[in-house]
Amino acid sequence: MADPGVGATTLLEAPVARRASGSRVDTAGLGVVRALGFVAPALVLIGVFLIFPALWTLYIGITNYRLTGPASVSPQVVGFSNFVEALNDALFGNAVWLSLLFVVGSAVIGQNLLGFALAWTLRSVRPGLRRLVEGLVLLAWILPGVVVAYLWIAVLDRSGGTLNALLSTPGTAWLLQYPMASLIVFNTWRGTAFSMMLYGSALAAVPPSQLETARLAGAGSVGIVRDVVFPHIRGHVLTNTLLISLWTFNDFTPFLLTAGGPNHRSETLPVFIYQQAIGGEGNGRLGYASAISLLLLLVNLVMALVYLGLLRRRQS
Amino acid sequence: MRQRLILAGALSASLVLSGCLGQQQNGGQQGAENRNADAKDVTLTITSNSVAGGKNALGAAWIADWVIPRFTEAQKAKGVNATVKFDGIGSDDKDYKTKIALDFNTGGGGDVVELDGIWLGEFAQAGQVKPLDEVVGREKADAWDGWGQVPDAVEALGKFENKRYGIPVGTDGRVLFFNKKLFAQAGLPADWQPKSWDDIITAGQKLKALPGVIPIQLNGGTAMTEATTMQGVLPLLVGTGKQIYQDGKWLGASQNLRDVLGLYQRIYGGGLGDPLMQQEAKGRDRSFAQFAENKIGILMESDYFWRSVVEPTKGVAKMADRNTAVGWALVPAKTSGAGVGGQDFVSMSGGAIRVVNPNTKYPQQAWELLQFMNSFEATKARLAGSAQLTQRDDVNKEVLAGDPMLNFIATKVLPITRFRPGLADYPAVSSALQQATADVISGKSPDDVAAAYQAALVKVVGQDKVAGG
Repeated sequence: MADPGVGATTLLEAPVARRASGSRVDTAGLGVVRALGFVAPALVLIGVFLIFPALWTLYIGITNYRLTGPASVSPQVVGFSNFVEALNDALFGNAVWLSLLFVVGSAVIGQNLLGFALAWTLRSVRPGLRRLVEGLVLLAWILPGVVVAYLWIAVLDRSGGTLNALLSTPGTAWLLQYPMASLIVFNTWRGTAFSMMLYGSALAAVPPSQLETARLAGAGSVGIVRDVVFPHIRGHVLTNTLLISLWTFNDFTPFLLTAGGPNHRSETLPVFIYQQAIGGEGNGRLGYASAISLLLLLVNLVMALVYLGLLRRRQS
Repeated sequence: MRQRLILAGALSASLVLSGCLGQQQNGGQQGAENRNADAKDVTLTITSNSVAGGKNALGAAWIADWVIPRFTEAQKAKGVNATVKFDGIGSDDKDYKTKIALDFNTGGGGDVVELDGIWLGEFAQAGQVKPLDEVVGREKADAWDGWGQVPDAVEALGKFENKRYGIPVGTDGRVLFFNKKLFAQAGLPADWQPKSWDDIITAGQKLKALPGVIPIQLNGGTAMTEATTMQGVLPLLVGTGKQIYQDGKWLGASQNLRDVLGLYQRIYGGGLGDPLMQQEAKGRDRSFAQFAENKIGILMESDYFWRSVVEPTKGVAKMADRNTAVGWALVPAKTSGAGVGGQDFVSMSGGAIRVVNPNTKYPQQAWELLQFMNSFEATKARLAGSAQLTQRDDVNKEVLAGDPMLNFIATKVLPITRFRPGLADYPAVSSALQQATADVISGKSPDDVAAAYQAALVKVVGQDKVAGG
């Protein structure tokens, strides 16, 4: 779970902006030159901090640049061999698979369902209790990652961990024996707050009269959620899923819990990139790691485009 | 249109800058070693992986409380106003390495930098560190009176392709430590000395009868990083008669490597070791703690274990009865006489070195500081009453006699030890070896693992540099 991404928000607003510019009316009355003058600082910032680093990554990705050794003095351009190597690298495939598992398990299913369930249940409880539960869930979200990781290591520890004491399963090394399952539960716990809040406000927009009518007509709660609530909040579901999927996909917190181990069994893509670039496994293969970063970026783009497509189909 | 313009601008900017990847070679011109040699105000920084209250706290205290005040004083006597700063890090070795590599690459970093001798090759090949002859001048480098006190094998830690790059901090040796209390319970002798790998397994099987005791801790897996290679694979490998790098080639999937992996399988597949501990992120620390709690029978480590881990007062896993409870034995070859050079017993050694950063503004003063840190008095002060194999013979003679374990290392282990090859490819080969042990520990067969290792090795160093397999 990362901080809300600015990039994702702009993506969502893009269709609106396009419609406005299509009309070709100078509503502000500034003229092209002055308008450009106003946006220039922003464009420079975007160029320096967004476009240039992306191109720079692309450039390093086609070299054999390393942190140390001869290839750090005079890196050679090796074309697309880093990309070819990545696609043939069993560890890269492993990392992609684990990332998908992580996203689907903890974001698409875990945070979505738990967040909705909490929002749905909390509508009808006493305000005091609701605020208490919301506060606790929020706490999991706003605590710094390092602190949270430390707490979870203490809970899941093999000797003397809280979970083992509760379940009377002494000696179970959760992070070693079930690394991905542990990470998925962890990230669900960590990130549910966002989904809960988003669904909470979305549910407030469902007209109570429709709920009442459905109930009078004898619909069960599953039926109500499916046929009355869901059509109202479908856009929110898509937006929420897009955001939490992207954050989870790029999340680095798993590193704090397992460092990708044991033996690559929890090495999601961001952790894999770190291990190749500056961690112990790749010994400073900056070129290779950059190539994989670019592939990560592409996966992000594909994910965003799929969700945007769904969103647009709904709007039109 | 606008977007395309920005894109084109950024593209051309990145193409211009792309020439900057890699690093500028500074220095090199005639007389560069004497830049600022007469400066009256000098600022120097010492970078080391030690920090007060944390990793290698003794070393940090030595630099802050002994080196800096005394060096400043000595310089003042010469009319030089010296300010010495201490850049203490205290992190994982690989993180520290990344940090100093980035320092060197960007033209920064401390003036005197401590690094593991095994990194020297890759830093030297990258031009990130330079021979002392170039950095401070040949005459000045040769003129240090301490060279005569540094044994050749130790001096080699600071050498690459026969050039001196720095002064070593000391060295170490690997032995089998064992818990005499557990040995007594299992009916094993207090003066245990295995003569073959089978002897180790036999002892392990007797220890297995004790409840709650892990018979053998042989470092393995990727989480232990270099500890797996240095306290696991390499000492075993020299026990089969081969070194990892011989005659210009790296050892591939030979019978020797299969034997080593086979021993891992016998230990971790046979219930003589704890496979999970090898996979834990902090497995090595846990193994130390468990040894100190009398839960591990046999553990292969360097003398670091004796003087910094189970040390009764300052160790990270203190053992109050260390002197009576902890025994040590030479690491046996696979069978008698099967070791490298026909030896019955084997060991591996390494050690840190200190170099003068080629980027320094004051090469001569930094070299003076480095010599000062390696003087007899300074080296003795660094030990602060404890014993350790330092780089200086004269200091060793004085301090080692009082410590039987370190005396054993100096007299019995160092004569039979081997050093790792300080080449740029070594860390990648080491990673491949760690991965191989990880795979065996997680249940794969040594033959399959050896084949995978061979493939990984060829990928790293090229087919023409791999022997056997």
